[in-house]
Amino acid sequence: MAKIIVVTSGKGGVGKTTTSASISTGLAKHGHKTVVIDFDVGLRNLDLIMNCERRVVYDFVNVIQGEATLKQALIKDKRVETLYILPASQTRDKDALSLEGVGKVLSELAETFDYIICDSPAGIEHGALMAMHFADEAIIVTNPEISSVRDSDRILGILQSKSQRAKDGQEPVREHLLLTRYNPERVVRGEMLSVGDVEEILAIPLLGVIPESQAVLTASNQGVPVILDDSSDAGQAYEDAVARLLGEKREHRFLDTQKKGFFKRMFRG
Amino acid sequence: MSLLDYFRSKKPATASIAKERLQIIVAHERGRRDQPDYLPQLQQELIAVIRKYVQIDDDMVQVQLDKNDSCSVLELNVTLPED
Repeated sequence: MAKIIVVTSGKGGVGKTTTSASISTGLAKHGHKTVVIDFDVGLRNLDLIMNCERRVVYDFVNVIQGEATLKQALIKDKRVETLYILPASQTRDKDALSLEGVGKVLSELAETFDYIICDSPAGIEHGALMAMHFADEAIIVTNPEISSVRDSDRILGILQSKSQRAKDGQEPVREHLLLTRYNPERVVRGEMLSVGDVEEILAIPLLGVIPESQAVLTASNQGVPVILDDSSDAGQAYEDAVARLLGEKREHRFLDTQKKGFFKRMFRG
Repeated sequence: MSLLDYFRSKKPATASIAKERLQIIVAHERGRRDQPDYLPQLQQELIAVIRKYVQIDDDMVQVQLDKNDSCSVLELNVTLPED
C-alpha cells in the first residue's frame, strides 16, 4: 500500500519544493519506488529543481482530463532508479485539479508506487487543499520566523479538519515538522527562534532541521536535489530526515554553532 | 561577535519577543478554529436584534462557545453603552 505524503507550509518560499525534491530523491535512493507530484498549477517549478524541465510533454492536468495516460506523463529521473516526476500544468485554470480527478490519479499511482510525495503550492487555496486532501502523512516545512510559524499552525488546523482522513474519522494525518533555513549562530545571539521554541508552539514531532546553507542555491541552480550533494550540511540533514521518515532513530545535527578560531571570533564576527 | 560589537550596548533578544507574540496569536487562532461555522453569522444577527433597542458597536457583542465533556455553553457578552 502506497503512502501519500504532502509537503506543505502555508507560507511561500520556505522550501517546500526543495524539500519535496530531496525527500523523494532520498526515499528512492533507499530503494523505494517513489513519485513526486507538483500540485502548483500555473506555477510549475519542481521540474526545474529536478532538472527535467525540457522533458515535460504531458502533465498532471492532462492525465486528469484524459488527454494522456499516467505512463505518458510520468518522467523517469535520470539519476536515481525508481524515482518519477509528475509535473504540474501551466494552465491558468486553477480548478483544473478536481477532487475526483486527483483521487483517481493517486489511487492509480498507489498500485505501483511505495511513496507518493505531493508538493503543495503556497497558500490555503484549491491547489493546496487538493495536495493535502488524500495525505497519510504531512511534512510541515517551517522557517524559524513568525509568519511562517503562524501559517504552519493554520495549515495544521486545516489538515486536522479538511483532509479525507479527518472527514472519514480515520486515524489523523501523521504530522512532521521540518525546520528549514536554520541558523544556529543567530539562535545563540537571540535573534532567531530556536528549534525548541518552534516545537513548543506547533507541538508536533520534529522530523529534521535543515541548516541555512549555500549548498541549497548551488544545487537548485544546477537542478540537483540538494540531498545528492552529500558533502553539504543541508544534504546530510535531508538524508537524516529521510532516514527518520523511514523509522530510523537519528540524532539531530547542525543545531549548534561551529566553533570559530580566536582571530575569526575577534575580528570577523 | 567582534571586539567592536562587544563594547557596543547589547541589543535585546528579539527571538523571545517573537516567541511571546506567536504564543498569543496561535492560542487565539486555535480557539477560534474549534468554533462552529455558524458563529459569526449568529453574532451578526444578535447585533442586529440588539440594535433595534440599543445603539451598540459591532465589537460590543462577544459570542463564544465553550465545550465541556457533557454540554456546550454559548456565552454571550453584551457591553451596553453608557448614557
